[in-house]
Amino acid sequence: MEALTVHRIQFAFTVVFHYLFPQLTMGLALLIVAMKTLALRTGDEHYNHAARFWARIFAINFAIGVVTGIPMEFQFGTNWAGFSRYSGGIIGQTLAMEGVFSFFLESSFLGAFLFGEKRLGPRLHWLAAFLVFLGSWLSGFFIIATNAWMQHPVAYQSGPNGALALKSFWELLLNPWLGWQYLHNMIASVVTASVVMAALGAFYLLASRDQDYGRLFIRIGVTAGLIASALLIFPTGDEQGRNVAYYQPVTLAAMEGLFRSAAGAPLAIIGQPDVQAETLDNPILVPRALSFLTYRRWMAEVRGLDAFPRDTWPDNIPLLYYSYHIMVGLGTIFVAVLALAGFLLWRGRLYDTPLMLWVLMLLAPFPYIATTAGWMTAELGRQPWLVYGLLRTAEGSSVAVSSGNVIFTLLGFAGIYSVLAVLFLFLVYLEVERGPEPETQAGPQAQTAA
Amino acid sequence: MIVTYAVLDGFDLGVGIVHLYVGRTETERRTVLRSVGPVWDGNEVWLIAGGGALFFAFPKMYALAFSGFYLPLIMVLWLLILRGISIEFRSHIESVVWHPFWDVAFAGASAMLAIFFGAALGNIVRGVPLGGSGYFFLPLFTDFTTGGRVGILDWFTILMGLSSLVALALHGALWVTLKTPGEPRERARHLAGHLWWATLVMTVALLAVVPLVQPHLGARFPDEPWGVIFPVIAAAGLFAIRWFNRMGRARDAFLASCAYIAGMLFSVAFGLYPYVLPSNLNTAASLTIYNSSTTAYGLEVGLAWFIPGILLAIGYFIFVYRSFAGEVRLDEEGY
Repeated sequence: MEALTVHRIQFAFTVVFHYLFPQLTMGLALLIVAMKTLALRTGDEHYNHAARFWARIFAINFAIGVVTGIPMEFQFGTNWAGFSRYSGGIIGQTLAMEGVFSFFLESSFLGAFLFGEKRLGPRLHWLAAFLVFLGSWLSGFFIIATNAWMQHPVAYQSGPNGALALKSFWELLLNPWLGWQYLHNMIASVVTASVVMAALGAFYLLASRDQDYGRLFIRIGVTAGLIASALLIFPTGDEQGRNVAYYQPVTLAAMEGLFRSAAGAPLAIIGQPDVQAETLDNPILVPRALSFLTYRRWMAEVRGLDAFPRDTWPDNIPLLYYSYHIMVGLGTIFVAVLALAGFLLWRGRLYDTPLMLWVLMLLAPFPYIATTAGWMTAELGRQPWLVYGLLRTAEGSSVAVSSGNVIFTLLGFAGIYSVLAVLFLFLVYLEVERGPEPETQAGPQAQTAA
Repeated sequence: MIVTYAVLDGFDLGVGIVHLYVGRTETERRTVLRSVGPVWDGNEVWLIAGGGALFFAFPKMYALAFSGFYLPLIMVLWLLILRGISIEFRSHIESVVWHPFWDVAFAGASAMLAIFFGAALGNIVRGVPLGGSGYFFLPLFTDFTTGGRVGILDWFTILMGLSSLVALALHGALWVTLKTPGEPRERARHLAGHLWWATLVMTVALLAVVPLVQPHLGARFPDEPWGVIFPVIAAAGLFAIRWFNRMGRARDAFLASCAYIAGMLFSVAFGLYPYVLPSNLNTAASLTIYNSSTTAYGLEVGLAWFIPGILLAIGYFIFVYRSFAGEVRLDEEGY
C-alpha cells in the first residue's frame, strides 16, 4: 500500500474514534450545568443526583477523549511532517492555545467537580461545573479554528524556509469560516448529548425502573434536543452550506452530486453518483431547490463539477456525496422525531406512549453517525487539498516514514482502540445498571465518584 | 514548559513506578493512587501545552523530530493511553482480579514512559542523522553504538533512560512520603534512601560519558560561566534530598528533588544552546533555534497570549492543589 494512503487511513481512523467521546462530553457539560442550575434554583435533590450520575458517564468519556486526543496532536508531527513544517507557525498557535486556555481549565476543575462536591459546597461546585463546560467549549473553539484555517486559510504570509508564517493574530481568530462551523459543531454535540440523555430516560421508563430520573432525563433531553436540532439546520447548517458555496464551490457541486452547471439547479434527495459517466443515477430531485438554498433565488446559476478542472475535484466524490446526504437526512429526522416527542411531552402524554419511548431509545446511536458523516463531509470535501488552495494532501505527509511502519502503528492503534471500546461499553453499562439513585446503605465505595 | 512537565508529571510517573512496592494491600494502594488522583491529568496537560508551544515556535523542529522519532513516539502514545485508563478505570469495579491488573498496567506503563522520556533526551543530546534531505528516520535500534547509523536505543540512550527511571522513581517515592500516612509512607521513605544511591551512581556515570558522546555539551561553560549555576543547583538538590529525607522533612526533600530534575534539564538545555536538534553526521545540518523557528511576529504573538495563559493555569493549579492539600484520607470522595 502507498504510504500516503496508510497515513490517511490512520488519521481518519484515530480521529473518528476520538471524536465519538468529546461530542458527548461537550454537549453533556452544558446539560450538567443546566441540572446544577436547576438544583440550585429549585432545591430539588433529584437534580444533584442526576448531575452526579451524568458526571460519572462524563468522566468515562472524558478519560477516553483525553487519551485518544493526545495522539491527534502528535500525529501532525509524526505522520504529517510536511504539513507541520509548512503551516506549524500558524496552526501551532491555535493548538497550543487549546492546551493553555482550555485543557488546564478543564482538567483542573473536572478533578474539583468530581471529587470536591463536599469540600466546595453547592455554589462553588456549580462554578466548577461551569468552568468544565467553559473549558470544553473553548477547546472546541481552538480545534475548529485550526480546521477552519485548513478549510479557508487566512492571516498568513510566506516565512522562513518556504513555510508559512502568521500575519495577523486577530484575522486568524476572526476567520469568516470559523463562526458558523463552530456553532454548527457545538450545537451538534448538544444534540448528541440530549438524544443520549433522552434515550436513557426512555430506557428507564420502558424497563420500569428509576422512573423519576427517567422522566427528568427525557424532559431535559427532548427539550434541549429539539431546540438544538432546529438550530443545527437553521441558521448554522444553512450558513455553513453557503460558506462552502462561496469559498469551495467545487466541494458544493460534489456534495450535491451536481455534475453540470445549471440555472435553477435541482436538489438531489436520493441518487448514486457515477463519476465515470458524470451522472447521478436513480435521482429523486426537488426542482430549483439547490439554487434557492444557495443563493436565495430560484433561477440562480449554480456551478457544477464541469465548471472546474478535474485536478481540483475532491478525490472521493461518492463517499463525500453520501456522507453529506446522511448528515442532512439524519438531521431532518432528528427535528421530526424530537418535535413529535416535544409535542407529546407538552400534552403530558409522552411518558405513557411506549411506541414513542422506543423510538427515542433507539435514536441514541444516530447522532454519532450524523456527526461522523458531517466531519467526513468537511474533510473529504476539502480534498485534494490539505490546506485549501495552498498545500495538497500528497505534499503534507511524512516522507521519511515508510508505509510498513505506518501499517505497524495503524494495527497497534486498531488493537488498543478495540480494547478501549470494549472497556467503555462495559463501564457505561455498569453505570447505567447502577442508576442515578444514590445507594442508601453507604459503604466507602458508594460515594466513589469516578 | 518541558521542565515543568518533567517536574510535575515526573512525580506521578514516579508514584506509578513505586506504588506496587510501597502499597501492599488494596487500601494502601488506593491511598497512594489518591495522592495523584486529582492532579495527574492536569500534570499531563503540560506535555500537550509544551508540544503545542514547540509546534508554533519551532515548526521545523516539530516536523523533523516527530517524524524521525516516529516509532518510539507512537509507542509513548500507547503507553500514555494505557496509563491514563489504568488510573481512571481501576476504581470502577470492586474485584480482586480487576485491581491488580490495572495496578500492574499502571506501574509498567509509568516505568516504560520514564525510560522512553530519558532515552528521548538521550537522542537529542547525542544527535540524529540529519543530512541533506532535511528529514531523517530512526529505527528502534541498530548496533547499539553512538556513531554512524544510530538507532533510538544505543548504550548511551539506554543509560539515559535508566537514569530517568531511577530519578523519577525517587521523585515519586518522595511525593508518597509527603502525601500519605502510615505504612506506605515508611516504605516509600526507606525506598527513597536506596533510590538516592542509584540516582547518584547514574548521575556520576552520565557525567563521565557525556563528553564522549556529545563533546559540544560542555563547550559553552568556559565562555559563559554563569551557566554553571544549573549543574550546581542539580548537585545541591541531589545532596539536599538525602539530607532532608534522613531528617524526615518530606516537603523539603520533595522540593530538593524538583530542583535536581530542573537543574539537570536546564544544564542540558544550556549546554546544547543554540542547537535544538544536533546532527551527528554534519554539524552544519543541525537544527538551531535560529534556523527552525517561525517569524518574530509569530513568536511575539505567541508570547503575548502564552504568558497570561500560563499564569491563569498556575492560578487554577494553586486553587486545586490547595483544595486537596494535606495528607490523603480514604473516607473522602476520590479514587
